[in-house]
Amino acid sequence: MPKVLRADNMNKCLGCFTCMLTCAAVNHNNHNLAKSSIKVKTRGGLQSKFAATVCVACKEPACAEVCPTNALVKRPGGGVRLIEEKCIACEKCVSACIVGSIHMDYDRKIPIVCKHCGACVRMCPHNCLSMEEVRE
Amino acid sequence: MIGTDFIRVLYIDLTNKKADIQERKDLYKYLGGVGVAAKLLEENMKKDLPPLDEQQPLIISIGPLSTIFPVVTKAVATFISPHTGEYGESHAGGRLAMAIRNAGYDAIVITGKAQKPTYLVITDKTIEFKDARAMWGLDVEEVGRLIREREPGPGKRSIIRIGKAGENLVTYSCVNVDTYRHFGRLGIGAVFGSKNLKAMMIMGEEDLPISNLKEYFKTYQEIYKKVTQTDAMAKYHELGTPMNIKVLNAINSLPTKNLLQSNFEHADDISGETFAEKNLIRKVSCVGCPIGCIHIGQFRREFDKGYEYESIAVSYDHELIYALGSLLGIKTTDEVLQIIEEVELAGLDAISTGVVLAWATEALKKGLITREDTLADLEFGNTMEYIKAIDNIAERVNEFYYTIGNGLKEAVKKYGGEEFALLYGGNEMAGYHTGYAFALGQTVGARHSHLDNAGYAYDQSAKELKDEDIIDYVIKEEKERAILTSLCICLFARKVYDRPTILKALNSIGINWTDEDLTRLGNDIFFTKLKIKKELGYSLENYKFPKRIFETPTLWGKMDEQKLNRLLKMYIERVEREYENWSRGK
Ligand code: SF4
Ligand code: SF4
Ligand code: SF4
Repeated sequence: MPKVLRADNMNKCLGCFTCMLTCAAVNHNNHNLAKSSIKVKTRGGLQSKFAATVCVACKEPACAEVCPTNALVKRPGGGVRLIEEKCIACEKCVSACIVGSIHMDYDRKIPIVCKHCGACVRMCPHNCLSMEEVRE
Repeated sequence: MIGTDFIRVLYIDLTNKKADIQERKDLYKYLGGVGVAAKLLEENMKKDLPPLDEQQPLIISIGPLSTIFPVVTKAVATFISPHTGEYGESHAGGRLAMAIRNAGYDAIVITGKAQKPTYLVITDKTIEFKDARAMWGLDVEEVGRLIREREPGPGKRSIIRIGKAGENLVTYSCVNVDTYRHFGRLGIGAVFGSKNLKAMMIMGEEDLPISNLKEYFKTYQEIYKKVTQTDAMAKYHELGTPMNIKVLNAINSLPTKNLLQSNFEHADDISGETFAEKNLIRKVSCVGCPIGCIHIGQFRREFDKGYEYESIAVSYDHELIYALGSLLGIKTTDEVLQIIEEVELAGLDAISTGVVLAWATEALKKGLITREDTLADLEFGNTMEYIKAIDNIAERVNEFYYTIGNGLKEAVKKYGGEEFALLYGGNEMAGYHTGYAFALGQTVGARHSHLDNAGYAYDQSAKELKDEDIIDYVIKEEKERAILTSLCICLFARKVYDRPTILKALNSIGINWTDEDLTRLGNDIFFTKLKIKKELGYSLENYKFPKRIFETPTLWGKMDEQKLNRLLKMYIERVEREYENWSRGK
C-alpha cells in the first residue's frame, strides 16, 4: 500500500527544523530550508505551539486540476508528482492548494511539491511525523 | 561561505544608512564564528575611544557548519564591552544563525549611530533602516510582537532586540534573541542602545546548493546518530543544566546568599528535579538541534482578587537558578521564575543582575548603602523587593541605581564592599564555587566567562590539584573551545564534536582542513583575543581576588589565597611567553 506523510503529533515538536533541513537537502539539494516541502512554524511567536504545513495528500488534488500543462499528476495514495520539464512556473498550483503546502522555488523556477518520501519522518527526533499507509 | 573560499561580510553604517558587502578571502583562515568575529573586531575597533562611542563596531558571525550540521546553532557577537572596557564576546542560539546563513552572509559588522531609534531588516534581497521611535521604551516581548506582526516570514526569521536596560546603557544589558535565547554577557545590549538600534530582523531564501550531497548527508546522519542515540547529550534534554543545582549543592559548590554559603538549605526546593515536576511545560530547540535543551517553566500569578490568575512562561537553566535563586536566597521555583521574568523583560544579563543584587543586599545590611539608595528592602529570600530593584536598575532611577547599572566594579569604587563583591576579572561570577581552576579560569578567560575554559569541570573531576596541571588544563581547554566556537558548535555538543568529527564534517562540505590547521586556528584565536585586550589596556598585574571566595568552603575546602595568587602568576608568565613566540611568528 502507498504511504503518505502525516504531521499529527506536533504537540511534541521542539522546533528544531531538522525535518526541513533534511527535506531541503535530500529532495532539493540545497542547504536553505526555505526549499523544504514541509514547513514548521509557530502559530505566532515562540510562546505558541508549533504547527507543520504539509501536503495532506488529497485524493482529488486541486493543484493538479488547475495546472495548465499537466505538470502535476496524481500520485498513488493521494497528492501529486511534479514533472519538471512540463512546468511553466505559472504559480497557479500555489494558490489552488488551500492548505498552503506548495510554494515556488524561484531559483529553479518550479514549485516545491511534497513527494511523500518520508525523509523528514526518519530524521525527526521526537516522532512528530509519520508515514501512514493508505489505499490507492 | 559554503562552497567558496571567502567570508561574505555585510557592513552596515547606521549613521549614513548605507551598507556594503565584501567577500574577504583573507578571513577564510579564521573559519567563522569567534575566529572571524575577533579578527573583524581587531580591524574595526577604535582603541582610544570609549566602548559606547558610535564609531565602535558590533560584529555578529556564524561558521561554515552553521545550521547544516546537528547542534551547530550559535551566532557569535564581538564588541568592546562597556562592562569591562575590554574584549567583549557573547554567544546566542535560537534562529539567528539560520537566518544569517539563509540571508547569505557569514558576518555582519555594524558601526555608527542612527539618528532616531531604528530597527534593521536584513534579508537576501534588502537591507532596510526602519523607524523604531514608537518601540523605544517597550519591553522585549512587546517589540518582538510588533515586528512579528509588521514583517513577513514566520518560521524563517530571527528577531533580536533590547529592552529598557539596553536603551539606558546599563553595562550588563543583553540582547534577547527569539524569545528564549540571549546574547547575555558583557553589555551588548548597551552597544545596541548606544547606536539607537532597538532591534534587527533577519531572514532569507538565498540559494545554497549542496556540492556533494552523498558525502554531506552521510556525515550529517552519522553525527545525528551520535547526538540522538548515544548518551553524549542526554542530560541536556532530560533535566537540562538545572540538574547541576543538586549536584553542586552536595559538594559545597553552589554559591548561596552572596557566597556567605556554598550550600543552600532550600536547594531541593529549587532543584532541576523540582522545576521539572512543578513548572516545566515544554522543551524547545535552537534551529538545527535535535536535543531541545531549552526548558520552559510556567508559573501563575494572581493579578486580582477572586481567582484572577495569569500564567507566565519563561525559560530557565542552571545559571539563572543560581544567580536569581540560590545567590539571593530564593526558596521556591515559582519565585525564581518570577524574578527571571522581570530580568527578561528589562533586557538584563541574569548572572550580573543576580550578583549585583546579592552584593547590594549585604551592603545594605552592613550600612554601606541605605534604604534611600535602594528604594527596596533588599533581603535574602525577599522576591518582591528584588523585583522592584530589577526595574530600578533598568530605569536607572537614582544615583545608586545609576552606579550599579555600570556594574559591580563601579559600585564598589563608590560604596566599598570589595571584599564581598563576587567579581572575577571585572565580570560577575558564574554559578560554580568549585575551587581553584574555576576561580582562575573565569578570571583569565578571554571574556571572563566560566565557559571560556571550564575550570569548574576540572575542579569537579580532578583527583589532585597540581599547579602545573591546572594551568595546562585552563590554557589547553580555552584553545580547544576557540575551535569549537569558531565553528559555532554549541558547547553542549563538545563530546560529539571531537577533532576527527569536526574534520569529517568540514571535509564533507569541501573544506579540506587538517588537524594541524585546527591547532593553528585555536592558537591564533587565543592570542588574537589577547592582543585585542592588550591594546585596550588590559592587564592582570596587581589583580586582587575578592576576600569572600576564600572564606566559604569549596569542593576542595577553603581555598588558599596564596595558592590562587601563585597560580595566577604562573598563568600570566606562561601565556606571556607563548604570546611573545606567537607575535614573533606573525
Ligand atoms: S507552477 Fe508548474 S506545476 Fe504549478 S500549476 Fe503552474 S505549471 Fe503546473
Ligand atoms: S499540494 Fe495541496 S492541493 Fe495538492 S495534493 Fe497536496 S494538499 Fe492537496
Ligand atoms: S524534526 Fe520533528 S521536532 Fe524537529 S521541527 Fe520537524 S517536526 Fe518538529
